[in-house]
Amino acid sequence: MRPDDGPGVLLDVHGVTLQYKTRELLVTATYRVGFQVHQADRFVLLGPSGCGKSTLLKAVGGYLAPVEGEIRLRGKVIRRPGPDRMMVFQEFDQLLPWKTVKQNVTFALTAGGLLSGRAAEERAAQYIEKVGLTKFADAYPHTLSGGMKQRVAIARGMAMEPAILLMDEPFAALDALTRRKMQDELLQLWDDTRFTVLFVTHSIPEAVTIGNRILLLSPHPGQVKAELNSLPPGDGDPVAHKALEDRIHRMLFADQVEEAPVPSGGRES
Amino acid sequence: MTQPAQLAPRPERTGTPIAPETFGVVEQPLTLRERAWDNGALRKTVLLVLLALAWEGYARWVNIPLLVPTFSATLQAFWEGITSGVLPGRTAYSVRVLIMGYSAGIALATILTACAVSTRIGTDLLETLSSMFNPLPAIALLPLALLWFGLGNPSLMFVMVHSVLWPVALNTHSGFRAVSNTLRMVGQNCGLTGARFIVKILIPAAFPSILTGLKIGWAFAWRTLIAAELVFGVSSGQGGLGWFIYENKNQLEVPSVFAGLFCVILIGLAVENLVFRNIELRTVRRWGMQT
Repeated sequence: MRPDDGPGVLLDVHGVTLQYKTRELLVTATYRVGFQVHQADRFVLLGPSGCGKSTLLKAVGGYLAPVEGEIRLRGKVIRRPGPDRMMVFQEFDQLLPWKTVKQNVTFALTAGGLLSGRAAEERAAQYIEKVGLTKFADAYPHTLSGGMKQRVAIARGMAMEPAILLMDEPFAALDALTRRKMQDELLQLWDDTRFTVLFVTHSIPEAVTIGNRILLLSPHPGQVKAELNSLPPGDGDPVAHKALEDRIHRMLFADQVEEAPVPSGGRES
Repeated sequence: MTQPAQLAPRPERTGTPIAPETFGVVEQPLTLRERAWDNGALRKTVLLVLLALAWEGYARWVNIPLLVPTFSATLQAFWEGITSGVLPGRTAYSVRVLIMGYSAGIALATILTACAVSTRIGTDLLETLSSMFNPLPAIALLPLALLWFGLGNPSLMFVMVHSVLWPVALNTHSGFRAVSNTLRMVGQNCGLTGARFIVKILIPAAFPSILTGLKIGWAFAWRTLIAAELVFGVSSGQGGLGWFIYENKNQLEVPSVFAGLFCVILIGLAVENLVFRNIELRTVRRWGMQT
């Protein structure tokens, strides 16, 4: 363990630079990003599109190795994907279409050898009930709505009882009403089980609603701009919400406003 | 384009929906005729009956039974072929050879695709080989097969493997490549690697393509087999459907030739509509991967 690791530190991201290759380019997605996620945190990575927040989440997931710095979960360096970091994706096709809702959740449990037989089924049923889909346990994913599919993915992630749940803009493809509902449900679930979640979003209101701690990343390549505390969940004070949202908005877009009049910025967007 | 300085004011309006009971029809079951016409099988049966009638009429009008037997004569020959046991025996022989060749082709395709999935050079090998051999008709290899393996089943197997291998391998491989990145990541996330990853994620996710490959492979194998039997016919006193057709042509038993062709078509239809259709209904349709 690193000496500066506090007692509650679960995930330690230290000076992480990430690069990936496209067909023509070598892209630096994040530059020396560091943050610490504590037990039971709802930690939000917030930034404009292209700030490398999803890439960062994939690196925590173990799909991508940092070129500089390291990522430790409970003191151990992350090298490959694993069931202790379950990921919920934005895409609706993350459920296996050839398995029912229940089988999707059970599959995750048995594939990794975490549980088997009855135990896996009971655990699956328990988490499907938590997301309110017991009635649809035997339905195939293609018969479900987008919101229900995301609920199944969340149930699958939570059923594994991972050290940390990684959520990559899970509500971004949903309509506004469903998104609000899903955010409330996620907070409700967190109230029940106090899991740790690392949540990526580009929506400031969502970050303020979901997170207790928010990391702001600057655009392309992503660097830490600020790490803020959010409001307590269920805080109905719309004024405080608005104030925090405005503050974040100013921080994220401040330099663009200032830079705009400078003619020789030489910056490509 | 000029813009009006001001939008013309329009009055607001409200409507009062009338009670649903006052409508003539809100929901009403379709009539029997409408439902019957919705049934694809029925529509196709009607077409078949019309075609059979047209055939019968044309054959009677031409009236040269040696060249164009009537539909009823064909049916009669077919019935006689079945009751005498000749046609079922020949069919069974053909189907047995077919299944042997088909399974051998699939086994080879599996090995080739496994190589292609695991290494890049394997991918190149599969792509090169299949682009070379896929356009090559299996029958074109028959002379070579006869030289190498002589008359008999080994030659048949050789051409059939050739006709099954490439479409199956090609479709399976392109199916694997089309598996979404998200699904791959989900599989890795659950801790699946290597062969378990292929079996539990890649194969089911690529199943629509694999099934298409199997269907094409089956159709190719069936055609190739009948054609090959026609070319070199009998081996060791036995023969399949192709040989049956050839033999009857030589004896100018034209209704029996038609009966043999009829049998080839029937088996093709049966496998397509019973076997593959059921597999489709139980898998890709049920999973919503194909509509």
